[in-house]
Amino acid sequence: MANKKEQGNGRAGLLPALKEQAGSSGCLERGAMSAVCGRLGLPLNEAFGVATFYSFLPVSPVGKNVIRACRCLPCDLKDAGAVIAAIRQELGIGPGQATPDGKFSFELVGCIGACDQAPAIMINDRVYGELTAAKVAGILKSY
Amino acid sequence: MAQKRIVLGNCGAVDPQSIDSYIARGGFKAFFKARDKMKPAGIISEIKKSGLTGRGGAGFSTGLKWELARNARGNEKYLICNADEGEVGTFKDKYLLSGDPFGLVEGLAIAGLAISAKQAYIYLRQEYRSINGLLTGAIAQAAERGYLKHMDITVFEGAGAYICGEESALMNSIEGRRGESRYKPPFPPQKGLWDMPTIINNVETLMNVPHIINKGADWFSAMGTARSKGTKVFSVSGDVSRPGVYELVMGSCLRELLELAGASDTRAVQVGGAAGSILPASLLDTPLSHETYLGSGAVVALNSTRDIIDAVHNDLHFLNDESCGKCTPCREGTEVMLEIYGRLKSGDGHQHDLAALEDLARAMAAASLCGLGQAAAVPVLDSLRYFYNDYIDRINQSHFLRSYLGGELFTIEEAIR
Repeated sequence: MANKKEQGNGRAGLLPALKEQAGSSGCLERGAMSAVCGRLGLPLNEAFGVATFYSFLPVSPVGKNVIRACRCLPCDLKDAGAVIAAIRQELGIGPGQATPDGKFSFELVGCIGACDQAPAIMINDRVYGELTAAKVAGILKSY
Repeated sequence: MAQKRIVLGNCGAVDPQSIDSYIARGGFKAFFKARDKMKPAGIISEIKKSGLTGRGGAGFSTGLKWELARNARGNEKYLICNADEGEVGTFKDKYLLSGDPFGLVEGLAIAGLAISAKQAYIYLRQEYRSINGLLTGAIAQAAERGYLKHMDITVFEGAGAYICGEESALMNSIEGRRGESRYKPPFPPQKGLWDMPTIINNVETLMNVPHIINKGADWFSAMGTARSKGTKVFSVSGDVSRPGVYELVMGSCLRELLELAGASDTRAVQVGGAAGSILPASLLDTPLSHETYLGSGAVVALNSTRDIIDAVHNDLHFLNDESCGKCTPCREGTEVMLEIYGRLKSGDGHQHDLAALEDLARAMAAASLCGLGQAAAVPVLDSLRYFYNDYIDRINQSHFLRSYLGGELFTIEEAIR
């Protein structure tokens, strides 16, 4: 049955495979996507289409540690702006950029589900809540 | 009225890593009852009779959904737990999953019996990856005890897309596609994951199930309003001194919830996330239920120092970012709305912007493919309705700025400088 086959070895494996690749190499380069598609029997454009849809599947280089600062309403009300400004100042980069040494990259994101600890950021998989501009430097130094 | 902790009852009381501590508090009793003493049709009729509705926002009858899936033809049937909690201001599922993962596993196990699913997925948003281990552990422990002989449960991690909380986008995501919404009908109970009958329930919905099986439909339906039974778990944030998760009987009023969370000087409340209603302080006595305002139970309080237009601008920034881009009303509508709010904010608003916002909002509500675009209109229309003077003030400021600056386009910041 076509559905079953698709489920078993093709499409359904795409997102987990791309995530695994992004987890190990940071960014999804053409060669890596091509290899994943070859394994799953899919054309390359499928991988590119899927990767560019999801925010955790970067197709351009990201830092070793990815900082995701929430700028949605609950965090914004608790002065997420000051936290974002502190990150910007500390690292010398703006949202969408990576530090020259490749250690950090920085993004502004939608709600990360830590509104009770607003303002909050994520660095990789870890959430830091109840932030102030003053706390930012110490947190970044621990990486 | 105080909180009524039913769904939250085990959070903090059980060790989320130990199935024995869950069993010691009566865990899996409902599962045994459903497995040994009830037929699938009996489980479904109990859930239907209880009046349990979807806790993710849409509020559809859970029992009816199960019945449709049970009666649909298909070689396989799938069960999905929607743990892609991405609505702005919502964090209750994170709290439930980390405090009581076995409660969800038991709910899934019972739902699986009811529709004869052999495979279940928990679609967990990537931002909640840190809970994945806890969930996988809970599933493994339940399987080891022999409670999951009828069905496998797999945790499927998302990859960062708000829209994947929309059920058809979620299924596309599991299938390895872009998380774009599908045209409906067919609805998932007829044709869902891999075109097979599928039910998709929110975390909180499934965690109500063991309680209903244990205590009966009548116990459950005695709580709440005509169309909203049981309790609801709320996530409260914003200008409150005790932000957090609160569980109240359906139909409790907004004022009560805000008092529990320590809100003061409240000017407005957004209920249901970025695409939720914006209510003025004069409506704080509104009961919270499917009949009025509820959504996913996100409540963000704004005090009197807050600017409503800035808040809606923030909402639209989010919705515009997260629109999947498949249908034109949502893709283009959120873009234009964001642009208009940007102008209002920077001091270049015009009276005709308000009519444009209203037109756009109505078109999007009527013509968007899924809930995101349809509901994006809500904060816009609500704020126009309840906070019209804020818009007029902004536009008057804009008129002044333009005349002061001789018609040149400047932002407020530049003008002040």
